[in-house]
Parts: sequence; C-alpha cells; structure tokens
Amino acid sequence: MRVGIGLPNAVPGTDGTLLVEWARRAEQGPFTSLGVVDRLRYDAHEPLTTLAAAAAVTERIGLVTMVVIGPLRNPALLAKEAATVQAMSGGRLVLGLGVGARPDDYEAAGIPTAGRGERLAAMIRELRDRWDQPDGPKVDPPPILAGGASDPAVARVALHADGYVHGGGPPRSFARVVERVRVAWRDAGRPGEPMLWGQGYLALGDDARERGLAYMRDYYAFTGPFAEKIAAGLLTTPQDVAAFLRGYADLGCQEMVLLPAVAELEQIGRLQDVLGSLP
Amino acid sequence: MRVGILGAGPAGLYLGLLLKRADPSHDVTIVERNPADATYGWGVVFSDRTLGSFRDADHRSFVRIDDDLVLWDAIDVRLEGEVVRCGGQAFSGISRKRLLQILQDRCRELGVALEFEEEVEDPWSRFEGADLLVAADGANSLTRRLHEGIFRPRINEGRSRYVWFGTTLPLDAFTFVFRRNEHGLFQVHAYPFDGSTSTFIVETTEATWRRAGLDEATEDDSIAYCQDLFAEELGGHRLLSNRSLWLSFPTIRCRTWRHGSVVLLGDAAHTAHFSIGSGTKLAMEDAIALADAVARREDLDSALAEFEAERRPVVERFQQAARQSRTYFEETERSTRLEPTQFAFHLLTRSGRMGYEDLRLRDPAFVTGVDTWFAGRRKTGVVVSPPPALVPLSLRGVETPNRVVVAMRDDDDGTDGTPGDGVVRGLGVACGTGAGLVLTPGLAISADGRVTLGSPGLYRDDHATQWEGLLTEARADGEVRVAARLTHAGRRASCRPRNHGVDRPLGVAGGWPLGSASAIPYGPGMPVPRELDEAGMTAVVDAFVSAARRAAAAGFDLVLLHMAQGSMVASYLSPLSNHRDDSYGGSLEARLRFPLRVLRAVRDAWPNERPVAVSINAVDEAPGGAGLDQAVEVAAALREAGCDLIEVRAGQAVLGAMPSYGLYELVSYSDRIRNEAQVPTLAFGPIGTIDRVSTIVAAGRADLCHLV
Repeated sequence: MRVGIGLPNAVPGTDGTLLVEWARRAEQGPFTSLGVVDRLRYDAHEPLTTLAAAAAVTERIGLVTMVVIGPLRNPALLAKEAATVQAMSGGRLVLGLGVGARPDDYEAAGIPTAGRGERLAAMIRELRDRWDQPDGPKVDPPPILAGGASDPAVARVALHADGYVHGGGPPRSFARVVERVRVAWRDAGRPGEPMLWGQGYLALGDDARERGLAYMRDYYAFTGPFAEKIAAGLLTTPQDVAAFLRGYADLGCQEMVLLPAVAELEQIGRLQDVLGSLP
Repeated sequence: MRVGILGAGPAGLYLGLLLKRADPSHDVTIVERNPADATYGWGVVFSDRTLGSFRDADHRSFVRIDDDLVLWDAIDVRLEGEVVRCGGQAFSGISRKRLLQILQDRCRELGVALEFEEEVEDPWSRFEGADLLVAADGANSLTRRLHEGIFRPRINEGRSRYVWFGTTLPLDAFTFVFRRNEHGLFQVHAYPFDGSTSTFIVETTEATWRRAGLDEATEDDSIAYCQDLFAEELGGHRLLSNRSLWLSFPTIRCRTWRHGSVVLLGDAAHTAHFSIGSGTKLAMEDAIALADAVARREDLDSALAEFEAERRPVVERFQQAARQSRTYFEETERSTRLEPTQFAFHLLTRSGRMGYEDLRLRDPAFVTGVDTWFAGRRKTGVVVSPPPALVPLSLRGVETPNRVVVAMRDDDDGTDGTPGDGVVRGLGVACGTGAGLVLTPGLAISADGRVTLGSPGLYRDDHATQWEGLLTEARADGEVRVAARLTHAGRRASCRPRNHGVDRPLGVAGGWPLGSASAIPYGPGMPVPRELDEAGMTAVVDAFVSAARRAAAAGFDLVLLHMAQGSMVASYLSPLSNHRDDSYGGSLEARLRFPLRVLRAVRDAWPNERPVAVSINAVDEAPGGAGLDQAVEVAAALREAGCDLIEVRAGQAVLGAMPSYGLYELVSYSDRIRNEAQVPTLAFGPIGTIDRVSTIVAAGRADLCHLV
C-alpha cells in the first residue's frame, strides 16, 4: 500500500507559506501523494487552488482531493479547474469527489442539498464528457474517485467512477463499504478492479495529541456525539499508525493518505520516521 | 448529583443501583406507576455475554440473578408434528418478576429511593431541580411522547399479531412451534424461565387472526382457541393469562436519545422484535453504558453524548437483525413448504447473525444431519457428507460439481465479437477456481447487441469455433461446467469501453442505432432507441436462436439468457421501458410475451438434455419500476416455458438504479422467487465465502451462488 500525507489546508490558521513549504518537504519524503480536504464554511483553503500551488513546487508526488464536494461547484468550471491542475502537475491529479456531510456548506454556497447525490452522478459523467471533447485540454483526464457509504454512493462508484475513497474510520468500517463496492462493481459489468483509497488523521507525539484532538472535535462538531468517536480514531503513536496501515493494506487499500490534525511541519518528519521504522 | 428515573423496569432499576453504587453521594429516585409486586410479562432471556457484563457491573445482583437462572442449550423447531433440535445455544432465562425483585432489593440496599404507584404527568415538575432525568418508562414512554419534536421517534408497527401467555408446560429448549389449521398458520415462541413455568408467545398474520375471529375474542376465548390449537404440544398443560392481549409489535427508533439533561433508556429509546429475545438485555446494557459514562466524564453533556455514541451502533445492529427476524416470522407462510430439516436451518439462519459454520461449532451433530439431508443420503449409517456448498446440482442432464458459480469479468478488449486477451485469460482463470459453474461475460447475439465495440459475441460461426477451442483447453482437467450468457444490450448498446464508467454512448461517430421495447432512452442525454416492430423482434428471436445453436456447437453446458438490467429483453418486462400499446405492452402477461417467445425459441433449438437459465430483475430499484411480486410471476411463467434456473439480479433498469448490496437484500429476493415460483435460483450478492454459500443453499434460499 502506498502512503500519502495531507496538506493542512483545513487546519485553521494555516497560511499559504506553510502550505507551500509543507508540499516541498513532503515531496522530499517517502510519500506518494499530497491530499487536501474541502470545506466551505470553515477556516480552510480551497482544495484545487491549493493543489495548483503544490503542483508548482513539486515534480513527482501525486495530488489528490479527499474529497471535493462536487455539488457545490459548477461542473463546467470544475472540469476546467481539474484539467488545469492536471496540466500544471503533468498528470499527477486524482480527483476525489463526494457530496460532503455538512448542510452549512451548501447553505453558504446557496445550493440546495436535495438531489445532491443525483447531481454528483451526473457531474461525473459530464466531467468525463468535457475532458473528452476535442476542444478540451490536451492532457490525460485524472482518475475520479467517489466517496460515501450509502447505497446511492456505492452505486455512483460502481457505475461512474474509477474507484472509491473512504471517508475515514477504522479498517473494519472500510471493509464494510469495500465489500459492497466490489459487488456493485461486478454487477455493473466493470472490467478490472475499483481503485481503493483510504484516509486517516494524524497528530504524532505527546505535544501534538491534545491539539489534534481539539481540532478533530471542532472539525467534526457537526456530527454531534460522533465527533468524540471520530476524534478517538486520531493516530498519535507509531503503534497507532502501524496497526492502521496494516489493517487497510490487508483489505486491499491501494493508497492511504494521512491527514495532519495539526499544521506543524515536524509532523512530516515524524511520520517519515514511523514509516521508516515499519517492516 | 440528583437523578430522577421514570419507570422501575429492568433499565430504570439497574441504572439506579449502578449510579448509586458508583457514587453514594448521588441522590437517586425512581418513580413507578405500578405497585412494587406487579408483574407483567413472564420470562426474559440473557446470553452468556450479557451475564458477563452483569458480573462486571454489579457482582451482588449478578450472583442473585445467577442463582435463579434456568439454563438450556437447545432450540427445538416443531413443524407439523416433526421436531428438529439444534443444541449449543447456551441460553439463560429468569422470571421477570424475580429479576425485578432482585434489582429492587439491591436498590434499597444501596439507598436508591423507590416510589411505587405514583402516576407522573409532568416529569419536569416531578423532578424539578434534578441534574439528570432518565426516561426508562418503556415503549410507550410519556417523556418521549411529550417531546416528539426533539426525539423524533419513528414507530413501525409489525404486520403480525401476537399475544404473551405463560404455561405450566416445562420446556428444555427454546421452542418454535408452527401449526396450521383451517384459518391459517400460527407460530409459537416458547422458552422456560423457572423450573415450572414457560413463556408461550403465539403469533400469526393479521389475516389469519381475523379469520379465526380472534379480533373479537375475549381473553378467555383466545386462551381456549390457542389451547385447542396447540393441544399436542401442551400435552394437557394450561395456558396462563396475565393481561394477555393481542398486539402488533412496534419497532421504535429515535433520531436522538437525549435532550439537555434528559435521556431515554431501554424500550423508551428503541425496541427490537421479541423473536430475537433482546429487549431486556439491551435495556440493561444501556443502563451499564450510561452509568459508566457518567462515572467517567466530568460533565453530564459529554457523558450523555458518549452513552449514545457507544450504544447506538450496538442497538442498530440488533434492530437490523430483529427486522430480518420479524419479517421472517411475518412471512413464515412462504417457507413452510420446506422439509423440516431445511425449514429449521432456514429459521436458525434467518437474521444473518448465524451461518453454517457458526451452527457447526454449536452443534456438529445437527449440521451433520443437515449435510446428510442436503446431500440426499438418507440411508441409515451414513457418517460422511460434504458441506452443502460442495454438493452437486443436477439441472436436466447436466450436473455442476458444486454450488459455487464464478462469473468472468466483463472485459471490452475484443474485436468484431472475437474475445480479447482479457476474456481468453479470464476463462482459464475462472475454470481453475474450483467453481462448479463458470459464466462467460455477456456474449452478444448480434453485432448491434454489443455493449461496446470490444464486447465478445456469438453472432458469427467463427466465434463458435473459437469458443470451442477455448472451452476444450479450459476444461481439460476438471468437471467444471461453463454457461454462455447470451445478451442483446438493447438501448444500453453502442457505448464506450467501461473502464471509465458505464452507459457512456459512443455518439454519432462510431456508434450505431439502438432498438428497445419503446422509444425511451436509458438515461438523460442518451440516444433514443427505435421501438422494435414485428420484423425487429423476429430478428432478435432469430439471433438468440442462432447464438444458442452456436453455443451448443461450441460445447457450452448451459445457456443463460440475459433478461435483466436494462437489456433488450428486459426492456419488455419493465414498465419503465415498455410503453407499447400493442400486444407486447400493458399488462404483465403482455410484457411477458416477447421474453417467452425468446425463451421458447431457444429452448427448441438448444439440446434437450442441457439446461436453459434466465437472468431476471427481482426489482428494478427505480420509481415506477417492477417489484418482487412481478418477478415471482415472471419466474413462474419462465419455468412453465422450460427455464431450468433463474439468476436473480436487480437494478440497472434505468441509468443509476442499483439495489443495496448489503448481506440480505439480493439473497432474500432469491429466497422468495425460489420458494414461491418453485424454480431453482442462482443468487448474486456479497457471498464471498464458501460458508455463506453453504448457509444460503442449505436454507433453500438459492441453489447456486455467485462467489463475488
């Protein structure tokens, strides 16, 4: 399983300089991708724009959105933006798309939540059509991952996307969705296997733990009591990381992106040390 | 902390004593409307695991409960006079009255205030100033009803009627009884709870209940009716009444279990059908979790949040199993055709919590009996039988060596109908898996029936010659059977390769015109097919026949006619795609005409000793689409016309429509089609292990299973 690291684009207070420096350092590490998350009504940087900046200071590392909330965006513009990041990075983009989980983001964008699932399915088809048009950009289109664990979300992956990106949680939560994704994929008559990506949150070291937990509770406050459960999944020790990676790898996850819960550059080195210490 | 608890049932009493035990400075008051010694209901059931959590939570009450437990080990299934027993189940029961006494005594020892025979109308003024108000006031909770806007309960009434009796009949097993009379089928859930008394719940469908006149019967009339009906099982023992009224079971779910300092506990928050025997267990486990959270957390708000986060997934899991179980008992009528051994296995695996291997661990002898019965080895003295998944299946003159089916992937890498490398390699791999039956990807019956330009076909004689060679090689060292899936993609034809998604039309350049039952596109923005005329239909039938002849010449053991998921023939069956006003559209009989024409023509051309299978949609999964009742009728009509096996699929009748791929849905469709239309079925779904295959086929839910 390949391992990527997140950019802290949704950790409040992170400035542009830090994001660019973060991308540079990650490029020097063993990481295969840089991930970004999407949240509109929060102190967060826009994901594709952030990846464009990261593309400019890196050469090899993959760039992945986990995930862009599709229905908030105009499909024609999103097709153009994604193609632009793809062009600027020389084909390193993986476009993860989902419906998101927060009504306030939709409210902020003035977009109704009703029908967002169907709109996302139609959007994926439209993106591909636009990328295929002769007047489109002359780059290979990025692969599309779709997120979500509901039945319609699983159907979107199987019918329209190139793979599934999990929204976080312990390996067994990934297993429960992946079993359904694989069956739906076969039922849809898709050749090959779906791409399978995972994500987790990280705050390595005793000094980072409490701040990481506070961030998780705040970022997921909209889930009510589950914020506490989600926060409990924060990876804070090398043992946490080892068990988490092993659990996902055994289930066929191809790439795991570990997102920082604290925007401190030391996290990159700490994760690098942990990965280096694994057999 | 001041705590007010409404309701002195097991949840309320247990929470009270646990809170007080953890911190004697808590001021805990429990208010109950009934007298202290009132008893409603008979016995309750606990598993070993639940008892383990009681031992850890409060050892003193555990010891007293343990002293009074009756233990039993077996489940008996009595169907029309025969008894099948499965052991190793490790149940414990106790009388509800005794349980409440133990918990009341323990509350008093610890200093919990108990107020009986007090009716509370306004919980807030009764417990004014309390830090925590716990509504443990049962399924009909007043507190929940007063704040429906916050707790947002959803109450789903069961379709069956049931009544709780007691009986002096001593039982040594959890006993299910099924008995039919002139009014219909009745079932009993009975279990011991002390040395001399048992709970005896009678359940039946609403229609049967009315036919029997029980809707107007008095309590005594009901007792007399049931005593008479179950005279043989009761063996002269009487049924005892205790406010025994016929009810329908309400499954309660709430959006939240807490509001400020108020929290719902046990049945007030959630119920799960009595047939999985877990209501009291869930209620008392709630109490343990809440007491733990209060002890661990500094502030009440996060304690309540933690309690709900902890318990909700567990409760939802039980509610899911209970829903399966409840539906099972609402529809038992359908499965009583099964022989007693299979019926018992079907019942024991109803909720999906127990499978074949689980039962083998509990009672190897029972499972050996199932194996022997399933393998048809009914001679005495048989000691070795294969597990059900490995028992051969005969369809006409063809025998699959086992029940496992592997389908090849849908690779789009061919040219002009000739399979590409992916398909060629895939056949070898699939034939080497050990599966009894291998299915090809869809083989187009005509060039315009291909999904993509790279789809394989059987529309030219050289395709048959090539498959003949491939089959000879792939089957060289095994008894594996291979089925050709014959298909015409209809309005889903003429698409781009499916590696970046399905149903992406080729468009004008490179594409070809489509045909379907009606001129309705498969999805928005997709090309409009032409409505097939008589000549067009004849051409499709002829192409199916020619393809079947080629399949026979190539040496395929079965043909599988694809009439599911939006294909050409499927478009006639689904009301979403068939708007014809001729004799091929309208009623189901009319919509069946073309599919039956195809089947009969293929059956005539296909060798008599080889089976024909048909793939159909159990449900379309789209508004206005066909449902399971139609699928049962379709399957029966196909069986009449010579179909030997139905592959049960679902969805994809229109763009985007897919079923749930949970453990149960697709297999339950297969179960219903198989047992109502009386036709062998091939089930699809998340059946990834041989254990699941054995579980499904031994229960008679399908005859063959896709291993996905």
